[in-house]
Amino acid sequence: MPNEQEEVFLSGNEAVAWGAWAAGISFASAYPGTPSTEILETLGTFKDLEAQWAVNEKVAYEAAFGASLAGRRALTACKHVGLNVAMDPLMTTAYSGVNGGLVVVVADDPGMHSSQNEQDTRRVAPYAKVPLLEPSSPSEAYSFIQQAFDISEEFDVPVMLRLTTRISHTKESFRTSSNREPARRELRKDPRKYVMIPAHARPRHTDLEKRLSALRALSERTSLNRMELNDRKIGFITSGVSALYAKEVYPDASFLTLGMTFPFPVDLARAFAREVETLYVIEELEPFLEEKLRQESISVTGKKPSWVCGELSPAAVRDIVEGRDRPPSAGRARRPLLCPGCPHRPAFYSLKKSGVYVTGDIGCYTLGALEPLAALHTQTCMGASIPFFEGAGKMQDGQKVVAVIGDSTFIHTGVSGLISAAYNGAKGVVIIMDNSITAMTGGQQNPATGVTLQGKETKRLSLEKLCAAAGADQVDVIDPFDIDGFRRLLELRLGQDSLSVIITRSPCKMIDRSRGPAAAIDPEKCRKCRQCLLLDCPAIIEGDDGGISVNSSLCVGCGLCRKVCKFGAISPAGGE
Amino acid sequence: MGTERKTVNVLFYGIGGQGVLTAAEVCALAAMLDGYHVKKSEVKGMAQRGGSVESYVRFGSRVYSPLPLPGESDVIVCLHEEEYARMKDQLKPQGVDLFPYLAEAAEAVGDKKLFLNTYMLGVLSSFLDIKESSWLEALARKFKKEREQNRMFFLKGRAKRTGHDI
Ligand code: SF4
Ligand code: SF4
Repeated sequence: MPNEQEEVFLSGNEAVAWGAWAAGISFASAYPGTPSTEILETLGTFKDLEAQWAVNEKVAYEAAFGASLAGRRALTACKHVGLNVAMDPLMTTAYSGVNGGLVVVVADDPGMHSSQNEQDTRRVAPYAKVPLLEPSSPSEAYSFIQQAFDISEEFDVPVMLRLTTRISHTKESFRTSSNREPARRELRKDPRKYVMIPAHARPRHTDLEKRLSALRALSERTSLNRMELNDRKIGFITSGVSALYAKEVYPDASFLTLGMTFPFPVDLARAFAREVETLYVIEELEPFLEEKLRQESISVTGKKPSWVCGELSPAAVRDIVEGRDRPPSAGRARRPLLCPGCPHRPAFYSLKKSGVYVTGDIGCYTLGALEPLAALHTQTCMGASIPFFEGAGKMQDGQKVVAVIGDSTFIHTGVSGLISAAYNGAKGVVIIMDNSITAMTGGQQNPATGVTLQGKETKRLSLEKLCAAAGADQVDVIDPFDIDGFRRLLELRLGQDSLSVIITRSPCKMIDRSRGPAAAIDPEKCRKCRQCLLLDCPAIIEGDDGGISVNSSLCVGCGLCRKVCKFGAISPAGGE
Repeated sequence: MGTERKTVNVLFYGIGGQGVLTAAEVCALAAMLDGYHVKKSEVKGMAQRGGSVESYVRFGSRVYSPLPLPGESDVIVCLHEEEYARMKDQLKPQGVDLFPYLAEAAEAVGDKKLFLNTYMLGVLSSFLDIKESSWLEALARKFKKEREQNRMFFLKGRAKRTGHDI
């Protein structure tokens, strides 16, 4: 545990957690999502507060809000697309306001290192009418999160703190301050504030507008927004990590670095504009600040439209200032692969063989969409696979449609899709690929694993019973490595006029680290038919001469390749 | 901190499982213990086993960006020969390329591959203005297991010094 003025070396995500702890939070809830995951993982290591994985971001937000109602400081964290799931409560709790401070930490992913889009969540703050803080480094994340709680309580509003991947996963050395006692207020019964029926919500909306103008005044004077006047020829208005990139390339220029970007400090920006000759706006993704400045008739030089896509860097800032377009990306193609021994591989192999159309979801198993497995045909957002399956399945002509979803995603938003599909009479097969962990984000617990974030044994959700209760006509559980059994079961269920769930259950290779003897290919027997290469196992390699071999240090001996070789060329190393 | 110390950029790269990120972490910690302001950048994307890995460590009196400008690395530490070409352009014209030490490092650690990174850290340490005690403390903090071996291979690498300070 940190003590006074300790020197630390923390990532942006760890810094948020340490800062929130120093601000005296009592409760935190989230659903894992790269690049935000380590915020809750780090909070989970503080034993004097309650940190938990929720089943999805809406539930996480609502639980944190509940803790705020009880007068405690609370935090929820998510990635950008996760906030979309929590938008419903966010929009209305901005009206009701909070009791204990409530901060929503959102980590955007410019460059899409591990996301399906690169939406700029800063746009949500004016839409929801909540204040927006943007630290540019881990040390700022540490101090900003503490100020975010103060602002939340002083102005009675949830506060959004926005990070990006490059802040979340950058580490910095800095000194911490001392921590505070956990903040405590009374649990308040105040229906006019917390029951948002139209009669109560109308005055709360007017009230929110008043709070926003007070926040605008705060934004004009807060030390979160910093003006630095040096060489007056060039001035930069900027926020987030872009501020540091600009400072790196133009250390002698003048800067208005905005740590609070909504409400926007118009007067401050105008005062800065008067001081400098040429004014540039440097920001990643959307022209969020630029539009605001233009709207206020402050003339600035922005970036060319090509810069709306992707991450910035010091070199990119120089290009923007010099008026260039974004150069075409070099595209470092080292594509991600399912691990050797991954239980998704046999399931996808079987699905591909059966030729069905597969609606997919978000998780490691999305990698099944890539060649050569290419067994997954849609991926949009968490929980979409089963509703897509329902709509496509009902409207299709002759092509069978199957849904594929992981255990954690099924619990997140998949189960509501299944309930809806059953209720509306959908038929067909839903496959839950249950690898018994939330694997994509690095192996977090979830309700089906029976262990909490802070490592306590807990009630374990039965996916079988849940699916039956939702209205599935049959629920089968099978090991996906039994590829013949799985194919037969799939054919059987596809041929029936009913709604079935098949749970393919086998643990993720990151939790089950057991290894069998490595596979070996007998060059005498191998006919180079390349069937085993269709498995896309990283351990199976094709030589320049077309010869097939197994890298025994990568192979975990799952035995799958042996099952698919028609010529019996593959055996466990050392022979049978 | 007293006198102004210029920012030094070190780039570590190789492939997954070689301890590239651990090496970067030790270097960053050593710099921090030596009184520098330090930033280290890495991006965790989708699971990539055996994929390319890289990490930038920057230290000085005051470091702004977590990423340096392209071609501005003072030292490059490549841990895998097949990856070498990929990022060697990041080295400054007068910078120090530790690639020539890789073969002897591999020989020195033999089949104890897990010490390749510590050996190379030892070589690196001889070029940087960071006290030996800071390096040893950083190693001790980062490696809970096999501390003695790590320390030994680090010192072996450090003894290889040929060249100039950064
Ligand atoms: S499936 Fe069997 S015969 Fe075909 S390439 Fe692979 S090892 Fe050779
Ligand atoms: S047994 Fe075959 S499929 Fe399984 S990990 Fe080894 S090479 Fe890959």
